[in-house]
Amino acid sequence: MSERPIKVLIAKPGLDGHDRGAKVLARGLRDEGFEVVYTGLRQTPEMVATAALQEDVDVVGLSILSGAHMTLVPRICGLLREKGLDDVLVAAGGIIPDDDLPALREAGVAAVFGPGTTIAEVADFIRANVRPLA
Amino acid sequence: MVTAADAAAPDAAARGLELAEGTVAGDRRALARLLTAVENRTAVAEAGLRRLHPEAGRAHLVGITGAPGAGKSTLVAALIGEIRGSGRTVAVIAVDPSSPITGGALLGDRVRMQSYASDDGVFIRSMASRGHAGGLAAASVAAATVLDAAGFDVILLETVGTGQSEVEVAAAADTTVVLEAPEMGDEVQAIKAGLLEVADIVVVNKGDRPGAQRTAAELRAMLTAVASPRRAGVGHAAGAGAAGMAGAPTSAAGAPRPRPQPKRPEVLVTTATTGDGIADLLAAIARHREGLGAAEGGIPVRRARAAALVWALLGDRVRRRLEHPDLAASTAATLDAVVRHELDPYAAADRLLAGLVRDGAADHGSRHEHEV
Repeated sequence: MSERPIKVLIAKPGLDGHDRGAKVLARGLRDEGFEVVYTGLRQTPEMVATAALQEDVDVVGLSILSGAHMTLVPRICGLLREKGLDDVLVAAGGIIPDDDLPALREAGVAAVFGPGTTIAEVADFIRANVRPLA
Repeated sequence: MVTAADAAAPDAAARGLELAEGTVAGDRRALARLLTAVENRTAVAEAGLRRLHPEAGRAHLVGITGAPGAGKSTLVAALIGEIRGSGRTVAVIAVDPSSPITGGALLGDRVRMQSYASDDGVFIRSMASRGHAGGLAAASVAAATVLDAAGFDVILLETVGTGQSEVEVAAAADTTVVLEAPEMGDEVQAIKAGLLEVADIVVVNKGDRPGAQRTAAELRAMLTAVASPRRAGVGHAAGAGAAGMAGAPTSAAGAPRPRPQPKRPEVLVTTATTGDGIADLLAAIARHREGLGAAEGGIPVRRARAAALVWALLGDRVRRRLEHPDLAASTAATLDAVVRHELDPYAAADRLLAGLVRDGAADHGSRHEHEV
């Protein structure tokens, strides 16, 4: 089988309770033909990394609206690398100031999607940048 | 005969073996990768599964099924805690439906099971059904074999939300737990054929809701009633759990087929959100496993499962051989004859099979054709 679906983890690390955006994205990516694992609110970096490992996802999408991204995102990227998940595409979304983008890129985030991004943009970015599907 | 798939095989075989060795050695990343290969039914998966089959067979496979929203995932989360409390390890395969339109899926069962991220004795894997009907994914049984070989003591197979007739899980699991919500219906619902028939244990979840005890009492009254011995022998004897898979009779050829025994499931009440009744449920699951015993020829449900796997692979391989370039033209010609109504489908199948047998005999350099 050559055309397997791309598997995406949508996670909400941190303490903010605003998961509407993450749910809309999860649903939207489902409609784009992705297999989306949704893990719910208030995930610790360890939970995100463990879920990414056990599910063998191709993409990790992090939704953060709390302002804690500069702490959480590098920690998650570090744990993913520690677990050998170097080839997983990491993207972030939510309220993230432009000034923080270079540091997040440095940490290993491939893309940051702010408010107004369409589902199609996210889906196209994933398809263009995901690891080769074995 | 070397097939196209075989030609690409050496790399895949080496990779499959590598992942299998990693899986046995406790490498969770290798395990996760192998599960992906199994889901995608690649040559890597075949090599890995061949290596792992001898390592598997120790785990207790427990199926958890029931209607959407009955509380399967919450119950699984509670069971994980209880099983870990008893010092055993546990893996979960949680299946959610794939979209028939886009092929996409939203796998949300992990939401209720995220408390075990730092516990190496717990492994949770979500799976999309990918068009497979019956409540599981096509790869669920093979995935369970991988987790079994990885050394997990208990494997929980959580189905998609089911209706009345998705009974495949009973063939995939050693013990089948069917969840009902309170006030699921009257006594007639309880005596309908289908899902409740394949239950080894029936759980009325949401036990804190009004009506839970009454629902359990009704189910108990109807499900544990002794069936008349005369009821059997009517209709097809597909047997519990054989649906969706080849229901091979376990008796020797010629012997009268044993009458399928109606199950008399235990009926329990749980409140998964609080943990009420979970210890009792785990005890009932263990009792059922003990009751399976060691019948001659293996535990019947496991024998049926092994047979179903082999028959399915046999079918795949027969088809692969018939579609091989050496035979593809004559296979297509036979199919064309059926399309033109010059040949009936039964005769076509016989002809293709006879061709394979001749071909196979020639392949092995045998000068004698074997009669079938």
